[in-house]
Amino acid sequence: MSVVKLSNVDIAITRGGIKIVEKISFEIQSGQILGLVGESGSGKTTVSMALLGHTRKGAVIESGSITIDGHEIVGADDKMLRSLRGGTIAYVPQDPGTALNPGLRIGRQILESLEKHQPDVDHEVHMARVREVLTEVALPSDTDFLRRYPHQLSGGQQQRVAIAIAFACRPKVIVCDEPTTGLDVTTQSKVLATIRALCREHGVAALYVSHDLAVVSELADDVAVMYAGRIVESGNRDEIFFNSIHPYTRRLIRALPDIAGRNQILGISGYAPMPWDRPSGCAFAPRCADAQSICSQSVPELTKISASHNVNCHRHKDSTKIVATARIERESISASAQPLLGINNLDGFYGSRQVLFDTNIHIQPGECVALVGESGSGKTTLSRCIGGLHDDYKGEISYFGNTLGKHALERKKEERRDIQYIFQSPYASINPRRPIGSTITRQLELFFGMKGSAADARVKELLDLVSLPHAIITSFPDQLSGGERQRVAIARALAAEPKLLVCDEITSALDVSVQASVIETLKNLQSSTSVAMLFVTHNLALTRSIANRVAVMRKGTIVEYGGLDEVFNSPKAEYTNRLLQHTPTLK
Amino acid sequence: MEKKMKPKSQFRTLVALTFKQGYARLGGAIVLGILFLAIFGPFFAPYTFDEFVDVPNAPRSDTLMLGADYFGRDVYSRFLSGGRSIIGLSFISTVLGVGLGLLIGLFAASAKKRTDGLIMRANDILLAFPQIVFVLLVVSGFGTSVFLIAVTVGFTHAPRTARIIRAAAAEVMERDFIKAAIAVGEKRQRIIISELLPNVTSPLLVEFGLRMTYSIGLVAAVSFLGLGLQPPAADWGLMINENRGSLTVQPWGVLAPIAAIALFTIGVNFITDSFAKAAIGIDRKGKE
Repeated sequence: MSVVKLSNVDIAITRGGIKIVEKISFEIQSGQILGLVGESGSGKTTVSMALLGHTRKGAVIESGSITIDGHEIVGADDKMLRSLRGGTIAYVPQDPGTALNPGLRIGRQILESLEKHQPDVDHEVHMARVREVLTEVALPSDTDFLRRYPHQLSGGQQQRVAIAIAFACRPKVIVCDEPTTGLDVTTQSKVLATIRALCREHGVAALYVSHDLAVVSELADDVAVMYAGRIVESGNRDEIFFNSIHPYTRRLIRALPDIAGRNQILGISGYAPMPWDRPSGCAFAPRCADAQSICSQSVPELTKISASHNVNCHRHKDSTKIVATARIERESISASAQPLLGINNLDGFYGSRQVLFDTNIHIQPGECVALVGESGSGKTTLSRCIGGLHDDYKGEISYFGNTLGKHALERKKEERRDIQYIFQSPYASINPRRPIGSTITRQLELFFGMKGSAADARVKELLDLVSLPHAIITSFPDQLSGGERQRVAIARALAAEPKLLVCDEITSALDVSVQASVIETLKNLQSSTSVAMLFVTHNLALTRSIANRVAVMRKGTIVEYGGLDEVFNSPKAEYTNRLLQHTPTLK
Repeated sequence: MEKKMKPKSQFRTLVALTFKQGYARLGGAIVLGILFLAIFGPFFAPYTFDEFVDVPNAPRSDTLMLGADYFGRDVYSRFLSGGRSIIGLSFISTVLGVGLGLLIGLFAASAKKRTDGLIMRANDILLAFPQIVFVLLVVSGFGTSVFLIAVTVGFTHAPRTARIIRAAAAEVMERDFIKAAIAVGEKRQRIIISELLPNVTSPLLVEFGLRMTYSIGLVAAVSFLGLGLQPPAADWGLMINENRGSLTVQPWGVLAPIAAIALFTIGVNFITDSFAKAAIGIDRKGKE
């Protein structure tokens, strides 16, 4: 029986009538998990909130029908919606850090929805259920734990409390909006296992919204792929991941970092359009390599491939599979007597707290070393030390054998030029009040005294290098997408003609397809300019696509350091093994 | 986030957004009106400001639109001539005060922790003086020169502006693009002018509008207390003081300048508020 059924749901912005999502139809059976996949701006969150009868301010469900356990949601009054929410359909938010009330104890917060939905039941019965549901999500259920406040829990525990709240009233449906985004891989895999087990055991239908295909492939029974407000392809897990037809789905899968290292990741040029500038015809056509004239003229109709498999593409019959590109070949770079950068016995501190312990890394010219670690492992602190932004450390960082000053201002101009730092968030690292051209030109002026037409010509070269159009020279950062901004940040770093790029989680704020194309750009740079890189990331799979060597960091200590194949095929540290196991993959 | 048309600077968008709001337009109209009155008013005055035209406190008549003041001078002519000094003085003191406060604020925010603390604590001591008391102290000590009033009023604004600007700039200092500038070795001066300053323009303009209204109040108060412009000069603040004795007989000598000062203040506030609103909207959009 379908517990959730959506048919032809349109949600539009009230003013102007622009549609955010169109013709959304799907069903979820009890005990099944539907993964709703899409990149930012695809409308996946809008759809998930619609299941709860909620729309963002200024948007409205225009037409279509949503039934939850037989109740029609569209047009239902507030009283009806309130009785369904929390009881029949529950929501697991993206960020438990902000979703849990910091002023209420854990026990109280779980109790709330029980008391609301079952007012006639005794307090003791409720408390028993609170303890039971905490056990179900693998948390302690003693009184001491119930009396804790959210800030006394770790991120993973907080998320499990949020899940416990959702499951407390034994709902028929739960909606999870990227509930593992902020979590480390090991924690993530535990949370996912919890959700899966609860859905199976209690026959709960789940909508799992995510941008992460790998996570969805591990969890979902069925998958729906959204692009620009429409479901472009839906089917069961195997159909989507191994027999996908829509070019977007296929490219999305190819953009996924592959931990097994079989294939090089491939980006999709451009980015997903916002609701107000979606093209006519198939919305994916401008980014599609297989697009024909019909694609930009009319919107493709839904076509049934099999009982469960539907696709929304004009060329579903004659589209050939994308040929798997060459295997990743990576020659190892032999250690020379004089490494480009040497980190020797580095101890890093924040005041009296030590965050880095006896760190040693050596980077050869032209080599890419990946530094992998979970949040709080000290990897950003280490990269900031190298960039001259964190000077509270003991030990030595040497550049071609010469000890570097601790702070950027204590270093020679050439050293500042040769080591360039790229920040995690492109939204914060570019001055919002300055045109892009001026941001890059300043770097040229600072390091090479270049001005006027010579500088303009060089800026254009640099933009070509990172595949950005010249037109953006006069644009301001807020007119660019995240991926474009990160390319600007890379271009700014390259303007200094560096010998070493320190890339601190530079793709973590970007969509998968954009991440893949930024990685492609970096790889091309590596081969054309032979710049060395320290690539800092929490995503072990991503290092496969770019690194020569990998250093794995845990709690401020490097636990594993070796060549790519060595680390992936025969990891020495138990921790690396655990990371490898818990990283979600398409299998 | 509309269609990508010609790239516009964020600042111009901000101004455009400000004046899209009804209140900003209303405020703009009021401010322009009063400014026009203050600047060109003397040319339309039927009499000179110090001419005796009737008996003291003569009521309104065909020749005297607003009657005569306590000395028998034309209130309407004095009203038209009395705006220049107060608005001019307020403007000069605001520019001086906000300018000085901006310098202190930016310097403190970009300085080392200890220097920052030292500057701001000294600033706090200055903040402890009520503005009007400080102005009266200086003016009664050194005499009533117009220039001195402007400088003193401006000086009392500086620590208040410095607080606001430092807070805004300290937040900007934490952002990555400042760290990027530090990492490539940009000089501090350069960081302040081309990285920090453009990112505090919104609070700066809001602060300017706010301080402008305070200046008007202060300058009017100083004139009212008889320490500002001296008779027989025409000045709105002074007029209120001179004519308050005859308020019941001939209220226009008090009401006209009060209305003008109040309107101007409200007008400036409308613009400032709308600007602040537009700035919040823009900043939120930028963070998405």
